[in-house]
Amino acid sequence: MKLLIKNGRVIDPSSHTDETLDILIDNKKIVDIKPKITSKDARIIDASRLVVTPGFIDMHTHLREPGFEDKETIQTGSLAAAAGGFTTIACMPNTSPVNDTRGVTEYILSEAKKHAVVNVLPIAAITVGLKGEELTEMSDLSSAGAVAFSDDGEPVSNSHIMRRALEYSKFLDTVIIDHCEDKNLSAQGTMHEGYYSYLYGVNGISDSSEEVMVARDIILSEKADTSLHLAHISTKGSVDLIRNAKKKKLKVTAEVTPHHLVLTDESLQNYDTNLKMKPPLRSNEDVQALLAAVKDGTIDIIATDHAPHTSDEKAVEFDFAPFGIIGLETVVPLLLDKLVHKNIISLERFVQMMSVSPAKIFGLANKGKICKGADADLTILNLHKENIIDANTFKSKSRNCPFHGWKLKGEAVKTIVEGKIVSSN
Amino acid sequence: MPFIHKHLIRIKDLSASDILTILDSAESFLEISTREVKKVPILRGKTIINLFFEASTRTRSSFELAAKRLSADISNFTSQNSAVVKGETLKDTVLNLEAMKTDAIIVRHAAAGVPHFISTFCTSHIINAGDGAHEHPTQALLDALTIRQAKKSFAGLKVVLVGDILHSRVARSNIFLLNTLGAHVVCVGPPPILPIEFKQLGVEVEYNLDRALEGADVVMMLRIQLERQQKNLFPSLREYRNLFSLTPRRFRRAKRNAIIMHPGPINRGVEISADLADSVKSVILKQVENGIAVRMAVLYLLLGGKESEITD
Repeated sequence: MKLLIKNGRVIDPSSHTDETLDILIDNKKIVDIKPKITSKDARIIDASRLVVTPGFIDMHTHLREPGFEDKETIQTGSLAAAAGGFTTIACMPNTSPVNDTRGVTEYILSEAKKHAVVNVLPIAAITVGLKGEELTEMSDLSSAGAVAFSDDGEPVSNSHIMRRALEYSKFLDTVIIDHCEDKNLSAQGTMHEGYYSYLYGVNGISDSSEEVMVARDIILSEKADTSLHLAHISTKGSVDLIRNAKKKKLKVTAEVTPHHLVLTDESLQNYDTNLKMKPPLRSNEDVQALLAAVKDGTIDIIATDHAPHTSDEKAVEFDFAPFGIIGLETVVPLLLDKLVHKNIISLERFVQMMSVSPAKIFGLANKGKICKGADADLTILNLHKENIIDANTFKSKSRNCPFHGWKLKGEAVKTIVEGKIVSSN
Repeated sequence: MPFIHKHLIRIKDLSASDILTILDSAESFLEISTREVKKVPILRGKTIINLFFEASTRTRSSFELAAKRLSADISNFTSQNSAVVKGETLKDTVLNLEAMKTDAIIVRHAAAGVPHFISTFCTSHIINAGDGAHEHPTQALLDALTIRQAKKSFAGLKVVLVGDILHSRVARSNIFLLNTLGAHVVCVGPPPILPIEFKQLGVEVEYNLDRALEGADVVMMLRIQLERQQKNLFPSLREYRNLFSLTPRRFRRAKRNAIIMHPGPINRGVEISADLADSVKSVILKQVENGIAVRMAVLYLLLGGKESEITD
């Protein structure tokens, strides 16, 4: 079935396109793109006054399946992604069992094929059981479909193991993703260490617990000469280290979450467990450094770190609540409103960070661009529609979202995956 | 000034006049505890729960006696004999207790923010009896009453707080209260348990106890816990004692009429020498006595007894 998207403002940073064009899709691919296409047998979408971009890609989600289906499943996570404007999501391996063998990777891919409405790319563990002791069979996992490797949440503390993982990944054409946290330093902490943790009497997580690992990883990846992607960067010191690495042309890339760009540690005054995540919400000074890094390209991509937890798990003492918040269904309105409309970044830069750059970093050949022959993965935005975020309407199984009730301008109105409309507002 | 708070969760929420209202009210309750019959019917028919998730003898007994001397019914609930050990959530525990028609819940918990969390789903008055390293408001209030009895006024007083400031809810509540009433607070301890950022809370940060004690009006020693040493916050109790223990020789640097306070329980010979703790300069037992009056005042002001009944 053919699909014709008419009169949309097409923004494709990969070709520096920003003009009103029609896009014709046939058999899962983009087959034509130019002004005023006509087709007798295509279904037509009128995208007048709307923006058409390459499909958004989120390289950091937790779909919780297998093992924690009460929080999220591959199906509900993919529906949340589609509702939020994403056409491709990558899922972290901290499931039960851990995605550290071909069997689990294949299971995720086969469940995704049956139930998911967006592309799902499994990320496999660096070490067996996320224990940081022995490397997984990275070649086997890659050939099974693992797009990258990470011990997210339980980062590799042993520098020797990390060195070997980086070295071994060299011939696999993959990326090592590290959640940078020295757990001896973060210890029992539950919020950013600083004035507000002292004021609120909460155990702190120092900025150095992230920065020492960012520094270590940059050094190790430089020696190994392999690609390193730094997950959810949250501090000014990390930004400085990454900026310096990029000056040296190292193969280092970095992501930031939407919440680390719009919230600070001050907001924890009421001990809201929906503001508890790792890394923690940082100081205003850190947020300003992150925004500058997003502007100047030091930080490459946006990733949600979508981390579903049930309402019961979060309705406990702040110290005892699990870390993490969901993000798939709020990132587009949040960043259009707080970054694009506030002129902190351009719309083109936003699209680059949401689609072009993640496709490039993770080698997704036919994604992150709008051109003939590319996958027909597209996101259609209404920049000016105002909505009040209502967590009760989310497609995600979980509700652990701190943005409930926020009034935000801009939304994803349609999500198209391989030529099929998978979400429509 | 009318006292218009539903809960007592943090000193930070109180104005200077709120604090003085509580202290004035506490003064009037002091006498009741000296009577032959230590009881007035102000809170007759009110039901109060002492909900303690952390070991405590002093604070729990103090609240219990305060409630009883006001004729309220009070029931003790501690985590050791509660359903919490069976895996019930805090929220369920509190909702079950509240179903028994409580008027006030006094809560102590090892996690900061718990009294506030309870207040979000519960209709009873919530009184914070200590939450993690956050606040312990009635301790600061009883300390303030004790200081006022000795010093009359707070403006310009030099109050020196010594010990594990980082982990101390007593320190925080005292800092907020003393700042509000215009005292000058100096915190003393080794850097790992006294981060320099505490300056932003409006106190002076000092690592040398001798220097800090110069001209002090009030010296408040905090309990040092052995587990802090195990976390390498300082190398040994021996070294801690050498640097931060209050000894008669050191105390001579304070003003001649300075007083020594301690929220208890004290480690004799560790943070304070035994002879100083027992000396006339020490008001440690006075603090305990004042604790009952302050807690009576807090219960009375929150649960809405009538002024005239005090002399009943």
